[in-house]
Amino acid sequence: MLELRHRGSCPGPREAVSLPHREGEAAGGDHETESTSDKETDIDDRYGDLDSRTDSDIPEIPPSSDRTPEILKKALSGLSSRWKNWWIRGILTLTMISLFFLIIYMGSFMLMLLVLGIQVKCFHEIITIGYRVYHSYDLPWFRTLSWYFLLCVNYFFYGETVADYFATFVQREEQLQFLIRYHRFISFALYLAGFCMFVLSLVKKHYRLQFYMFAWTHVTLLITVTQSHLVIQNLFEGMIWFLVPISSVICNDITAYLFGFFFGRTPLIKLSPKKTWEGFIGGFFSTVVFGFIAAYVLSKYQYFVCPVEYRSDVNSFVTECEPSELFQLQTYSLPPFLKAVLRQERVSLYPFQIHSIALSTFASLIGPFGGFFASGFKRAFKIKDFANTIPGHGGIMDRFDCQYLMATFVHVYITSFIRGPNPSKVLQQLLVLQPEQQLNIYKTLKTHLIEKGILQPALKV
Amino acid sequence: MTELRQRVAHEPDAPPEDKESESEAKVDGETASDSESRAESAPLPVSADDTPEVLNRALSNLSSRWKNWWVRGILTLAMIAFFFIIIYLGPMVLMIIVMCVQIKCFHEIITIGYNVYHSYDLPWFRTLSWYFLLCVNYFFYGETVTDYFFTLVQREEPLRILSKYHRFISFTLYLIGFCMFVLSLVKKHYRLQFYMFGWTHVTLLIVVTQSHLVIHNLFEGMIWFIVPISCVICNDIMAYMFGFFFGRTPLIKLSPKKTWEGFIGGFFATVVFGLLLSYVMSGYRCFVCPVEYNNDTNSFTVDCEPSDLFRLQEYNIPGVMQSVIGWKTVRMYPFQIHSIALSTFASLIGPFGGFFASGFKRAFKIKDFANTIPGHGGIMDRFDCQYLMATFVNVYIASFIRGPNPSKLIQQFLTLRPDQQLHIFNTLRSHLIDKGMLTSTTEDK
Repeated sequence: MLELRHRGSCPGPREAVSLPHREGEAAGGDHETESTSDKETDIDDRYGDLDSRTDSDIPEIPPSSDRTPEILKKALSGLSSRWKNWWIRGILTLTMISLFFLIIYMGSFMLMLLVLGIQVKCFHEIITIGYRVYHSYDLPWFRTLSWYFLLCVNYFFYGETVADYFATFVQREEQLQFLIRYHRFISFALYLAGFCMFVLSLVKKHYRLQFYMFAWTHVTLLITVTQSHLVIQNLFEGMIWFLVPISSVICNDITAYLFGFFFGRTPLIKLSPKKTWEGFIGGFFSTVVFGFIAAYVLSKYQYFVCPVEYRSDVNSFVTECEPSELFQLQTYSLPPFLKAVLRQERVSLYPFQIHSIALSTFASLIGPFGGFFASGFKRAFKIKDFANTIPGHGGIMDRFDCQYLMATFVHVYITSFIRGPNPSKVLQQLLVLQPEQQLNIYKTLKTHLIEKGILQPALKV
Repeated sequence: MTELRQRVAHEPDAPPEDKESESEAKVDGETASDSESRAESAPLPVSADDTPEVLNRALSNLSSRWKNWWVRGILTLAMIAFFFIIIYLGPMVLMIIVMCVQIKCFHEIITIGYNVYHSYDLPWFRTLSWYFLLCVNYFFYGETVTDYFFTLVQREEPLRILSKYHRFISFTLYLIGFCMFVLSLVKKHYRLQFYMFGWTHVTLLIVVTQSHLVIHNLFEGMIWFIVPISCVICNDIMAYMFGFFFGRTPLIKLSPKKTWEGFIGGFFATVVFGLLLSYVMSGYRCFVCPVEYNNDTNSFTVDCEPSDLFRLQEYNIPGVMQSVIGWKTVRMYPFQIHSIALSTFASLIGPFGGFFASGFKRAFKIKDFANTIPGHGGIMDRFDCQYLMATFVNVYIASFIRGPNPSKLIQQFLTLRPDQQLHIFNTLRSHLIDKGMLTSTTEDK
């Protein structure tokens, strides 16, 4: 009885199937109002069915419209269907990769905008799926509220990051200072306004639906928005922390596909029947090697390695610094068995390459779980792809599903093993304290620094 | 279609058969509309009466309506008395009570989710839900414990390692749960499992974060814990009383029993109550001082010099009120001004939390969250208005009362690299010299 309504095309067995049910549900009430009240109770009950039915009851979705551009179609019209699909995927893959390179060349600000754009698109895709599943076309408040919550959460997160990195810029402008000082309060007030609007918008027969959409919105925000902000935090740490993880995941996708294509025999998991153990393991080793080499190549350039800073004098982002020890060549003695293989006593590596092994390992071993999660999600809601944005590939979410956990992992990895807390944030918090507290802290820090020998007691520079 | 399965419910014979046939029909994939209509027409089974026997006997003579009133009243007084006892016992016991309330609320909401989704036969859910609760609690407690018990943690070697890599360990634990979830997806039940996953996460977001903010507020000073919670409780009771005696105009369709008279009367009564309560409590150090952990005595102490907020000050009464009250100035604690803000929030926005819970109960066709408290329902029923209050108080404190925690800042500073430390130190120094707090000559000491 419950199938998904696709915007483009939809068979209409729903009406035919649901008629017999309406007659069975005449439980009390006047006969004149019976049809309308039944219809209203139907909506809620049908969604209740949604909860408890097993998946097999829900029919398949008809294939969505084909958005491949006309030129590609003409160029490939000669080939058979299978190779045509392969070529489309290949061309689009190359297009996306070159777009990626172009944006990297254009700098960190463009990258931030790109991340923001992707986040908004992913949010839109998931919310659209939720709308379809719950047939909530006729409750316009949902869309407004969902986008409003997206705005609130983004405002909150950007305020937290922007305030840290643009400390000097912010100190100059009066209004910005006010916004920063009471940032949490303002964000909370904005969120509260959305919450109260939600409560006031509850309509009598659609409570369950509205609560589902509310929860769907919040879980989507949790997944997409927090990840994207962690990506931006990683980016500010140094573009290499953004590039190497994302490239490792993409490389793992591609090499696992290739290994599976050529050598695949043993299925990996019931969720995704196309994945194989050969692809998985082959992808793992090639990703580690790829990550190793990419780290070596990128560590040479200051552009990738330095933390992104905002210079108020030039009003732009600069990446110029003395590379930290992580990005300076060091010689390591090889363990004995590698010595025999490579016939070298020592090797010069960047310490970052050791870290890249950890990142690549995560990308190959745990990253696919993000993909399985998305596959399970698609099967659960009987959709083939998240959307139709990219011909041959599906929606933006389809491309980014393995990246979910990667961004969080990289962020946690950086804060745990690479550096401590953000120095500019510490400074900003220090400047907000009361003067007496600042004085106390100053004295404590001074004693500490003198003890450690970082500060000479006699100097007064 | 979805009736509530009560664990201890005594049900008439017909509905159980309905349920069995319904679940069988669903498994077989039949259209379950017929069994649904049967279930719809059958009334919800009456939940088991948990009222203790002694109360039942004592009130057996009264009519049903007054009996219900008396049961509610007695339980209310019992809960308030319990609250006072716990305050007397100190911050440690309060923390434990907050933790227990959190676990019980989580359990109640998850049980509702199970009932709604008929997921008794997928045992992994329970394990996974409790596991996620454990992970998130571990993460939050680690963050708070590290701040407040800094010296204790630095002494013990295993604790130090745990706190240094705390985020990484928490993330790993969460990842394990995530991977277990993905591996536990069963072919015919994907949607169900995703619903439970989403349900668990939203519940964690609501329940666990609020409870940890409550504990943060508690550490700021017990008054920041007691006054907000009392204001919400007072607003509940006062709105009920005003509504009972004067209620005429309905407030919102969601909760037909609420009235505008109750709402406005409750607002004014709560503001007055907040003023009086904060006046009384600001006099005592044990409520006003931040809770600290004393290393020597290995216990919590509340001993300090009260801050400016809690010292009596003279305020000029504005002209319009001077004629009414006949005083020129009044001595108040500055905290009482803040308490007006807290009470206002508790009366105006707090009820939205209650409407949210009412909407939730109507959406899932349940009368109460659970049966824990006789006459009142579950723990969640009592705490639904408190949801937003804890977050508001925390945000209020962080924005208007105090800035960041100095000891936490020092701790963060110590983990930085030496060149970063030097840079920050110099910036702070120039800032202090600019402000005149520091002169170059004092540096020589």
